[in-house]
Amino acid sequence: MLRWIVWRDLMLAWRRRADALSTLFFFVIVVSLFPLGIGPEAELLRSVAPGVVWVAALLASMLSLGRLFANDYQDGTLEQIMMTPQPLYLIVLGKVAAQWLTSELPLVCIAPLLGVQFGLSNKTVGVLLITLLLGTPVLSLIGSIGAALTLGLRSSSVLISILVLPLYIPILIFGAGAVEAEIIGMTAASHIYLLGAVFVLALIFAPWATAAALKISVE
Amino acid sequence: MNLYKYASPINFYPLAGKLIPWFAIPSALLFAVGLFMGFFIAPSDFQQGDAYRIIFIHVPAAWLGMFLYVLMAIYAGVGWAFNARLASMMASSISITGAMFTFLSLVSGAFWGKPTWGTWWVWDARMTSTLILLFLYIGFISLQSSIDDARRADRAGAVLALVGVINVPIIYFSVQWWNTLHQGATIRILQKPTIHGSMLWSMLIMLAACWLYSVAVVLVRLRCTILEREQNAARFAEATV
Repeated sequence: MLRWIVWRDLMLAWRRRADALSTLFFFVIVVSLFPLGIGPEAELLRSVAPGVVWVAALLASMLSLGRLFANDYQDGTLEQIMMTPQPLYLIVLGKVAAQWLTSELPLVCIAPLLGVQFGLSNKTVGVLLITLLLGTPVLSLIGSIGAALTLGLRSSSVLISILVLPLYIPILIFGAGAVEAEIIGMTAASHIYLLGAVFVLALIFAPWATAAALKISVE
Repeated sequence: MNLYKYASPINFYPLAGKLIPWFAIPSALLFAVGLFMGFFIAPSDFQQGDAYRIIFIHVPAAWLGMFLYVLMAIYAGVGWAFNARLASMMASSISITGAMFTFLSLVSGAFWGKPTWGTWWVWDARMTSTLILLFLYIGFISLQSSIDDARRADRAGAVLALVGVINVPIIYFSVQWWNTLHQGATIRILQKPTIHGSMLWSMLIMLAACWLYSVAVVLVRLRCTILEREQNAARFAEATV
């Protein structure tokens, strides 16, 4: 069931490649705007790079969250899926996994390139990659709660940002903090462990909360 | 007397009307006493001069801002789990007062920070987490106000409030590790507090005043919500009691 949901959402995403690509380009453009805004000094850019990349990743995930359940909700598929005897927890997990694969994984893959653009060393880029790999699934998991709550509402895309962005703050702090610690020569391990802990917590609890929210929204 | 009777909004409506003066009047009296003690009886601080007096509104506001969020989440959770309309209405009524106190603690903190730290705002752990708390309140309020169906708004708000409550400690500690400048807590439950007696008393009186104020205002707002949602039934109950 889990595999079926993931496969189905991946196929759907493949038929609408432009959606996933536009998220990726949004991420790249936002990150590239910062040097234009704050000046090209290499030292300054290096010190703001972790925060800039992470904030851009947070914003980019907002774009794809609105689509997580909305299309299936509009054509009635979501209701049909929810009526199957499969646990809703697994259905949500499958949809979130597919969303991460199509919208977040490309960002993680392009991030090292942006890190090099900001003059980060190879080792720091490695840490950035690890934090993004651990952190972006949490963004998808927590974001799915907001997506389920705002299903079918007016101005739901703005609302998702207001609901979800404050909940993202720990991920931002640990993620950017790890890269920052690496830049100033301290160990990034403690931040990465905390990020891992948050990931495990979100993996256990977030699909459950999303399932509850979906039941409320689809009645 | 069967107390469960008052779990129904229609029965609670007249009771709330009778309770409001019992909280509003003591609150006004305690505000007067607390402000008088705070301004005229409590001595000046030898480091901060008279600027510290803003503590008498700042600290109660910050406490209530945090406490009301938890209370709101509990009411929202009860309303969701037991399908109790009154508890859900209570949660929405509390959210506005809680957001107001959180905002007040931020503003009064800024006015306190200017003379003592020389700056309106610093990205210190406690101030930042209070700001995030305000964002969580705003999220709850805007989610509820953008859903037309009242019962769906109650339940969706409950999910968000409970997720927020689980997140509050995580956010608090992450921000704590991120940066710290705010002075440590001076009132501890187990140890002797490190501030002057009359300062402590003025603050506690102000805290009680803010408490009673919150109860009174929440009840007023609850009555409005009941009127909005169950118009005819509420008028009928008022007329017959």
